[in-house]
Amino acid sequence: MIILNNNPYKADFPVFRHYPDLVYLDNAATTQKPIQVMRSVEKYYSEENANPLRGLYELSIKATDAYENAREAVRKFIGAKSTKEIIFTRNATESLNLIAYSFGKAFIREGDEILVGVSEHHSNLLPWQNLARETGSVLKFLECDRQGAYSPEDLKAALTPNTRLFAIAQVSNVFGRFNPIREFAEICHRNGTRIVCDGAQSVPHAPVDVEDLDVDFLAFSGHKLYAPMGIGVLYGREELLEQMPPFLSGGEMIAYVTRENATYADLPHKFEAGTVNAGGAAGLRAAIGYIESIGFENIVQREKELTALAFHEMKRIEHVSIIGSENSEDHNGIITFTVDGVHPHDIAAVFDADGIAVRAGHHCAQPLHQHIGVQSTARMSLAFYNEEKDIERFIDTLKTVRRRMGYGG
Amino acid sequence: MGDNIYNEVLIDHNLHPMHLHDLSCATCSNDGLNPTCGDSLSLHLNIENGVIKDGSFTGVGCAISQASTDIMLDLIIGRSTEDALHLKELFSKMINGDISQEEIDELEEAGALQNISKMPARVKCALLGWDTLEKLLKEEGAK
Repeated sequence: MIILNNNPYKADFPVFRHYPDLVYLDNAATTQKPIQVMRSVEKYYSEENANPLRGLYELSIKATDAYENAREAVRKFIGAKSTKEIIFTRNATESLNLIAYSFGKAFIREGDEILVGVSEHHSNLLPWQNLARETGSVLKFLECDRQGAYSPEDLKAALTPNTRLFAIAQVSNVFGRFNPIREFAEICHRNGTRIVCDGAQSVPHAPVDVEDLDVDFLAFSGHKLYAPMGIGVLYGREELLEQMPPFLSGGEMIAYVTRENATYADLPHKFEAGTVNAGGAAGLRAAIGYIESIGFENIVQREKELTALAFHEMKRIEHVSIIGSENSEDHNGIITFTVDGVHPHDIAAVFDADGIAVRAGHHCAQPLHQHIGVQSTARMSLAFYNEEKDIERFIDTLKTVRRRMGYGG
Repeated sequence: MGDNIYNEVLIDHNLHPMHLHDLSCATCSNDGLNPTCGDSLSLHLNIENGVIKDGSFTGVGCAISQASTDIMLDLIIGRSTEDALHLKELFSKMINGDISQEEIDELEEAGALQNISKMPARVKCALLGWDTLEKLLKEEGAK
């Protein structure tokens, strides 16, 4: 057991100096930002800013370097073979939309099937709904059990010769549970099916290696990874990206343009139309450096211990039900719950009154809530900078929710 | 912030809503949905000669939307549809933080929701029943 109070990393996050009493437990929505990331963005705009990738002068070369060095840092971070496979986007949602549009144009035809996990975030569902509607392909769902687990046998049974693609999160933003992506990828590939992995909730909290997982695509957001908002990543297998048409078109993604036609730039710039978010990329590189300086071993251990502490205390509170696995090991920093008789928005308001930030609603996963038969839920989600006393305050408030909403006892 | 919105009036109407039931004598109904949280309710009214004789609501929602709708029905049952629309206007003004003390008095118990004006995220919850009422009455008036 490591010491969970007097967390040495909390001091890196200026937000906690501004709000010393804030208990921030909405990290699955977005994380707070360390000073190291903020400084790197300031450094970029103070010392390196010009329009990257096209300037013919020194400052623009510095901007290009800042941007491309960030791409290399991401490549290394997720174990991709080449920087050609790393596309910068705004966030995971844009990455997933890019795949749906562009992979869809190249590979999805009428009568094809797209398989999606029922627990998916709307950002890994709506692009596929739209693609199915536009192409006349068929959207099918893989169901999970009440613990949030998907079975490889169900996946095998759901795949048909027409299944072109399977879209699934590595970690559900509601259950917090890791899906066996490597096993799923193997099953999909044996069937000639491509696998899209939403890494928004996994990449910030565990080492993720795309070669080891053998996924065809991986999407994640910078802002859930301690980086600024507005920078995200799409990893795609080079041979697939080569065959896919551009998503957006315009400047910085062309090789040669005539009045009627254009030749597109090579990967990865083919998919990065317009002036890019180089400042955000610099921030993302700093965030990766920050995570690496702490080390995933340390991060995972802290988050697991804090999760276990919260989980076991929550289990002991009457009228509180945890959604998903009965085992705290499966929750990975995300605990979604309900309180009997109290609407989740009222739960969140009671927490807010005590200075504790939690999420309430359907967490952008309405089909999942329909599947498990609850209208909406509350969710606490933590990060390595949280402390034992954050969990204690969370539990203290949770114990008072029903009384404060007018229930006796 | 937060706690002071859950006053006794609101808690009581949420835990013991008088008007949360079906209405067999309903002459009209309308559905309201808050897409940000998925809360949905149906409002049922019995209107005769321009007077709201009876009313009820069904559906699920947070304490604020449930209590606000229940209080609203207390207020409008027995009144003319014109009066009801006037009260809706006052209620919206209150929730937007722009209302006089006399106008708050007109809203009677609904004045207990005044503090919601300080919680932008919950404004839609407080207005759900009232917006549904307005939509229903305007559609009925147009017939």
